[in-house]
Amino acid sequence: MPLAAARPRRRGGIRGGEARAGWLFVAPAVVITAVFLVVPIALALWVSMSDWNGFQSPLSPRVNFVGLENYAAITVDDGLDQRNFGTAVRNNLYYVLLVVPLQTIIALLLAVQVNRAALRGRGFFRTAFYFPSVTSTVAIVIVFQFLFTASGAVNALIGALGIDGPDWFNDSTGLIHGLLSAFGITSPPPLLAEPGFLGITGWEWLAGPSVAMTSLIILAIFTTSGTFMLLFLAALQSIGSEIDEASLMDGAGPVRKFFSITVPMLRPTLFTVLTLGLIGSWQVFDQIYVLGGTSAGGTISTPAFLAYRSSFVDLEWGQGAAIAFILFVFIILLTLAQRWVLKERSPRKRVAVVATGTVEGGPR
Amino acid sequence: MRTSQWSAVALATGLAVTLAACSSGGGAADGDVESGQELTMLIGSSGDAETTAVQEAADAWAEETGNTVEVVAANDLVQQLGQGFSGNNPPDLFYMPWDQFQSYAAQGFIEPYAEDLANAGDFLPALVEQFSYDGQFYCAPKDFSTLGLQINLEAWEAAGLTDADIPTDWDQLATVAQTLTTGDQVGLSMGREYARVGVFMNQAGGSLVDGDTIAADSAENAEGLAYLQELIAAGSLKFPQELEAGWGGEAFGLGKAAMVIEGPWINGAMKNDFPERKYISVELPAGPAGPSTFAFSNCWGMPVDSETRGATLDLIEFLTSDEQQLAFAEAFGVIPSTEAGSAAYAEQFPENEAFVAGVEYAASPVAFQGAAAAIADFNTQLEQIGSAEPSSLLAPLQSNLQAAYDEANG
Repeated sequence: MPLAAARPRRRGGIRGGEARAGWLFVAPAVVITAVFLVVPIALALWVSMSDWNGFQSPLSPRVNFVGLENYAAITVDDGLDQRNFGTAVRNNLYYVLLVVPLQTIIALLLAVQVNRAALRGRGFFRTAFYFPSVTSTVAIVIVFQFLFTASGAVNALIGALGIDGPDWFNDSTGLIHGLLSAFGITSPPPLLAEPGFLGITGWEWLAGPSVAMTSLIILAIFTTSGTFMLLFLAALQSIGSEIDEASLMDGAGPVRKFFSITVPMLRPTLFTVLTLGLIGSWQVFDQIYVLGGTSAGGTISTPAFLAYRSSFVDLEWGQGAAIAFILFVFIILLTLAQRWVLKERSPRKRVAVVATGTVEGGPR
Repeated sequence: MRTSQWSAVALATGLAVTLAACSSGGGAADGDVESGQELTMLIGSSGDAETTAVQEAADAWAEETGNTVEVVAANDLVQQLGQGFSGNNPPDLFYMPWDQFQSYAAQGFIEPYAEDLANAGDFLPALVEQFSYDGQFYCAPKDFSTLGLQINLEAWEAAGLTDADIPTDWDQLATVAQTLTTGDQVGLSMGREYARVGVFMNQAGGSLVDGDTIAADSAENAEGLAYLQELIAAGSLKFPQELEAGWGGEAFGLGKAAMVIEGPWINGAMKNDFPERKYISVELPAGPAGPSTFAFSNCWGMPVDSETRGATLDLIEFLTSDEQQLAFAEAFGVIPSTEAGSAAYAEQFPENEAFVAGVEYAASPVAFQGAAAAIADFNTQLEQIGSAEPSSLLAPLQSNLQAAYDEANG
């Protein structure tokens, strides 16, 4: 009883208005989050489950709830929509598989190089490597289009080596298919010829990135490595020189130092870079849009582009929103998985290292 | 985290709708409020010549009636239209592309105003049919174009060909294309898309839709593709992509192709980009089943329940009048959409006679609701035309069109 009596008194006391004042102070942030994030996402979810055709408000009474129909049309119902989605997922999967590891490795190597105290003209190299990142993607795509035309600079260069270059942005041959045809395999074994996951045959799933997509992969690595180099560089500079010296005293060579000292200490940055890279490459859109999206046999289309195309061109707004939502959930799942993989499961490991250390130290 | 950027776009649009709904005050009354209106017109322009001509025409009307018209040249017409409609803020008047018309009509986006026009009876019957949905004439055809065969006269003479050699059937076309093919020049080029390739399928007697059934995988269509494959195999037909050109007209202007299949819009492009190119346009050679060409047309679209209906109708009547259409024809080469206008055009521009002659036997490309996606997929498949069997190109088209047709009519 005394406790219960105390409560109202406390509420009416000097701290009585705190909660209200608190809400007042966070109100702008809450309103902005709601208007620009919560409401749009909720609306998108609604659109993805409605038959809205892009005319007037999606909340008008003419719009009907259709449940999971839009999701079914792109995932399980046999047809063009399903195959377009399957192809887009296939294309983007190869894009991610190549872009994310390559851009991370190149960014890290560049960062280590421009971080060396002995390097002359460090400022120049840092600027040079970062430059593509501050240039608009659209401008770079257009430059690449000139470089990679059939008679462009790239083909002139490899032509000098006696190689007949492909028509990069228009070539729909998958790299793995191309490799297989070098061994005389040009048609699928019967097992792979049947339509499989998302309506795409196993043979098509295994096509690899097309030559056109490969050009875009090179472009993506070129533009984003600089940004991630900057992140790595900042992290490298926070590694104190005493750690370098300590590893030197312990007799670690440059390679050993890199893998045993530098990389583990960059783990948080590595997580950031991989996450940003993963999200960015599952959302790739600008390059595809500039190139028209449907060229090269449909091998450069991605889910993000397809979401745009279904909505604005084919007026299937529900399907467009459904694609966007699948992508959204997929990216979250991937990020969680990656977080789990990169989590420090350290205590036991560290103990083990210490233990071996003692054993090794023993005979000495 | 920028996770759902694109879903957010879809949603932000929805949000914009809600906001726009709150601010849609001040609507004009229906009927004959004919002055003081501020109209917006969205056009998909072929270039400066077209934008300027349309702007001038709109200004002339505005001055006369006391309204104002803002002409906006779209970068991407279909996308900007979609955005306008989903934001509940469509332009008062816009170019309605032929391949989107059926979808827009079926979805109830556009106003069926055409029968209320004073000049509703003047349009060419084929165009009235193209812009009718469910038996109702929806929107006024803006103008139209047909496809013809352009011949580079220098290359023609250099190959020792004369007027008597102008091809009138498939065999002759194959022969002259072969003759004109040299080391750095291919005999014939055209866009690698249904809107060009489909002409040959029609000339062989095929069509994608036969009455109420989808007939994309017919033997006639396969014959049309097979003919093109012969030309490809002979090396006398290459597509602009293979010639490093953006479209047929560019390949033609650059001298990489001696003949192309394009419409009257090529005249404007040649005048601007390749003024030294000497060429003529002739009717397309006939196939085994007779002559055929495609007619393309846009119409003047008006959003449903437009608040500016009265003023917009008046503007459309002005823009589709014979005099105004002939002025457009002079400015950027299109053919007037009225019977009297097109006849006057043939007299006034004898060099474009071939395009007008094509009206007699022109077909409209297939464009029922949902067909656009199937056609887009077919265009993608056509990249394999050099190596694939015609039937394997047409089979997916058949099933995709069938699915779209069932959905549109189901």
